[in-house]
This record gives sequence, C-alpha cells and structure tokens, in this order.
Amino acid sequence: MTAANVFSIEDFNLWYGNDQALYHINMAVPRKEITAVIGPSGCGKSTLLKTLNRMIETIPIVNTSGIIKYNDNNIFEKKQMVEELRTHVGMVFQKPNPFPKSIYENVAYGPKIHGIKKKNVLDEIVEKSLRGAAIWDEVKDRLNQNAYGLSGGQQQRICIARCLAIEPDVILMDEPTSALDPISTLKIEELIKELKKDYTIIIVTHNMQQAARISDKTAFMLNGELVEFSDTDQIFSNPKDKRTEDYITGRFG
Amino acid sequence: MTQQINISQIKGRVTRNKIYKGIFILAISLAMLALATLLYRILSQGLGYLSIDFLKNYPAPYIEEAGIFAGLMGSVFMMCITAPVSIILGVSTALYLEEYATQNRFTRFIQVNVQNLAGIPSIVFGLLGLTLFVYLLAMGYTLIAGALTMSLLVLPVIVVASQEAIRSVPKEIREASIAMGATKWQTIWRIVLPASIPGIITGAILALSRAIGETAPPLIIVGAAAAIYTIPDSFLSKYTVMPIQIYSWTARPQEEWQFVAAAGIIVLLAILLCMNAVAVWIRNKFQKRY
Repeated sequence: MTAANVFSIEDFNLWYGNDQALYHINMAVPRKEITAVIGPSGCGKSTLLKTLNRMIETIPIVNTSGIIKYNDNNIFEKKQMVEELRTHVGMVFQKPNPFPKSIYENVAYGPKIHGIKKKNVLDEIVEKSLRGAAIWDEVKDRLNQNAYGLSGGQQQRICIARCLAIEPDVILMDEPTSALDPISTLKIEELIKELKKDYTIIIVTHNMQQAARISDKTAFMLNGELVEFSDTDQIFSNPKDKRTEDYITGRFG
Repeated sequence: MTQQINISQIKGRVTRNKIYKGIFILAISLAMLALATLLYRILSQGLGYLSIDFLKNYPAPYIEEAGIFAGLMGSVFMMCITAPVSIILGVSTALYLEEYATQNRFTRFIQVNVQNLAGIPSIVFGLLGLTLFVYLLAMGYTLIAGALTMSLLVLPVIVVASQEAIRSVPKEIREASIAMGATKWQTIWRIVLPASIPGIITGAILALSRAIGETAPPLIIVGAAAAIYTIPDSFLSKYTVMPIQIYSWTARPQEEWQFVAAAGIIVLLAILLCMNAVAVWIRNKFQKRY
C-alpha cells in the first residue's frame, strides 16, 4: 500500500540551537514527479531537504517538532531506523563527492554495505546504475580507474549512479549542478527528467530557470517559511504571493 | 598621490629580504654541519668494527668477539609487541575522539591532555611501567613489561597523528556514505580508515622509530639488561635492546669500546633509516587526492 504523496510534511519546525530555521512547514510531495525548492540563500531549503532523510541529525544541535510522513510513516518515530530510511531516500550533494576509490567501487558501495557480496550481482547493479545515470558509455572501459580522474560533471553522474545502485524510492538533490559548467548542467538536467519515470525527485536549486525547466512542482521558501507551493507553471506565470512574484522577477534574492 | 615610487624604501625591503634569506641558510647550514660531523665521527670510528660477526655475536668481554645480536633481536621482538599494541590502541582512541565523542569541554580536555602526554619525558613512562607492569601486574623485568612500557610511551604520538589523519578525510565523503544508509562503523571501516591509512601508518612508524632509538631511560627502569647472552624466547624472557647495549659499551674505560659502540650506532641508524624510508614509501603509495 502506498500513499499518493511520498512525503507529507505537517507543521514542521526546526531549530539550530536557539535559532529557528524552519517555521510551520506544510507540504505534500507527489510521487514520481520533480519537486523543486527555490529561495534565496539561507532560506532553509537545504535544511528542509536534509531533514527528509534525516541527514540534518548529523548536526548535533538540531531540534525539530512536527511530523514528516514518508509513505504514511512518521520518519521521526523511534522504531524508524535512519539507515533504513536512507536506503529509500537517496541523496545527491552539491559538490560531487565520489569516494577515493575506483568508479566500480563507488557504485558498488551501496549494495555492498547492504550485504550484497556476489560479484555477478554487483556487476549487474553497477552496469544498470551507470546506464541509469547516463554515464555507462563514457566509463565502461575504465571502471577500475579512480573516480577522481573524471570531470566534475562526470563525477556528479557517478554520484547519481551510486545513489541509484541502492534502488531508492526518492532522490534528494541539493543544488546538484551549482558546481558544474553549463554543458554538464544540461546533461544532469536531462538525466533528472529521465529519472522522473522511476523515481520521485526533490531538487533544491539556486537557479530559477533550472526549476522552471525541469520541475513539475515548485516550492518557494523565504526566511524559513514555505511561501508558496504549487505547479511550476503556476508559480512562474501567475504567482499568488507578492513575495514569490518579487523573487522570480528578480526584485531580490 | 600618483605612482610615486620610493626607491630607497624598495631598496630597504629588498635588502631585508636578503638578510632573512641569509639567516635561514645559516640555520640550516649549522644543522647540516652538526649532522655531518656526527655521521663522520660515527662512520670513521665504527665502520672498521662493523662485520657480519658483529651482527651475529652476543656481547662478549673481548672486543673481537663482541656483537649486537642480542640487542638487535631484543629491539625487533620488542617492536613485534609494541607496534600492534600501540597502533591498535592508538587508532581506536583516535577514532573514538574524532568520530564518536560528542564535541564538548570534556572531550577537548582529553584531547589537549593526550597532546600533553606526547611531550612528557620518557623517564616518567618508565616509572609508570615499573609500577604498573613490573610490580602491580607482577610481570617482572621481562620483555613484555618493557614492550608495554614502550607502547605507553609512543601511544600519545600515534593518537595525535591518527587524529590528524582521520580529521583530514573530507566531511563530504563521510556524508555520502551515511546518506546511503551506511552505519557509522561501515563508514569508518570502508571510507574513513582507508583514506587515512597513509597518515596513520606514517605517524606510527615515525613514533616507533623514535621509540627504537630512544628506549634507554624507560627501559633501564623496567629492567632491560646489558649483559644478555641469549635472544628472547618468550614474552617473559630477560632482554636487552640496541640503545642499552650501545650505552653499556660507551661506559667502558678502554677507548676501543667506543669504536664498537659506534658500530652499534651505525646498525641502529641503518634500521631507523629503513623505517623512515618505509614510512615515506607508504605515504607516497597510498596518498589519495580529494
């Protein structure tokens, strides 16, 4: 049984120590669509994203209140193991962060930590994931080379392949193209649109054009509040809130 | 003010630049000179006494028959115990401090004190070893007591070196691992340790090579003897190590024993150089870019 919405966020608040970073967030993330989160620096969009796989808890001073349901289960419940949540909710980071290992070992890392040992199974997963991340043809002849030898854009696609290898349900992307050149960015954007067929994608981006190009839904955040959340077309052509309009027309931010 | 350049001011700066360069060259020259003198003295005195027999013989009352075999093997056996004990304990400690301990005042207090321990005179560790291992744990004046004392001596250095190596692993790749559902231990075992191994091993080898050379004060206290005519055959054997053997030769009145001691120093230096070479080799071989 799966709910229509992958995530339902209900009255969610978050504090770093005494500083509140997120205020009363209510949001439902639809399945197998691309949801973009936009907003100026420091508005809390990355914080919100990192909360969805509970990576935010690696910062010890964080406190939260409210509910975030992933497929109807509150992710903050005691019985929810974060390790299990993170196998369903994968993440791609801002800066490409491959491991200092071979391309093959990078992609096989996830399956290995989850207990897959058979070489032929791993081979299959690695190929499938690299194909899924549209980088198989570029690296198939040098799977044993160190991933650091690749360009930034290729490294980021390796990171996406690494994420696909654990067969997640949702992929969180934290400004995945902000460290890349325009051509690499375009490739990643095409890839994201392709991935939508099989995965729910939530992408945080600085780049409003990017959000407009690739997403189905867009959320606009400002100062820790979710100002507006609706269809991307709606947000960019006919925003309801004055602040959204000011932001997308470039009056601030 | 337009680009009016003050020539004399520039000249002053350039001269000062030259003076500082001269001071630094002088400093390194003095250090090199001291090293060269030491090496020349040792080599000119000791080379003549260095032979296969010298490596194979036990200490003897006659110069022709004296050898460093007991000390050499004692040092080797001691390292066989000290290295694993101090590396396992040291790396575990560093992992706890860097990865698990919550960063609060108490943790910082411990970290500062570990660093302080690295600067404590070795004789203090010798007294600790005497109390703890020789008497309290009733090991007596044995190889194991000496090796454990040495482990205590090098432990802080290994902890500090390992901490630095672990800290230099970028946060981003830890996050990547954690975000895939890896546990902390999996992340440490598969990502952090492989990436920090060069730093850890380099630090450990440098610490251990210091220990091999600098064993005299603590080991005299915990009972390494100079007149040992066997090599250790168990953890509970009597033992000697190279520095103590060398020291005992230098203390003899006849001048020729000084030359025997010099030969012993050459052997010790050769071992130290080998260990440092291994450290450099490991660092170059496993060095990874981020």
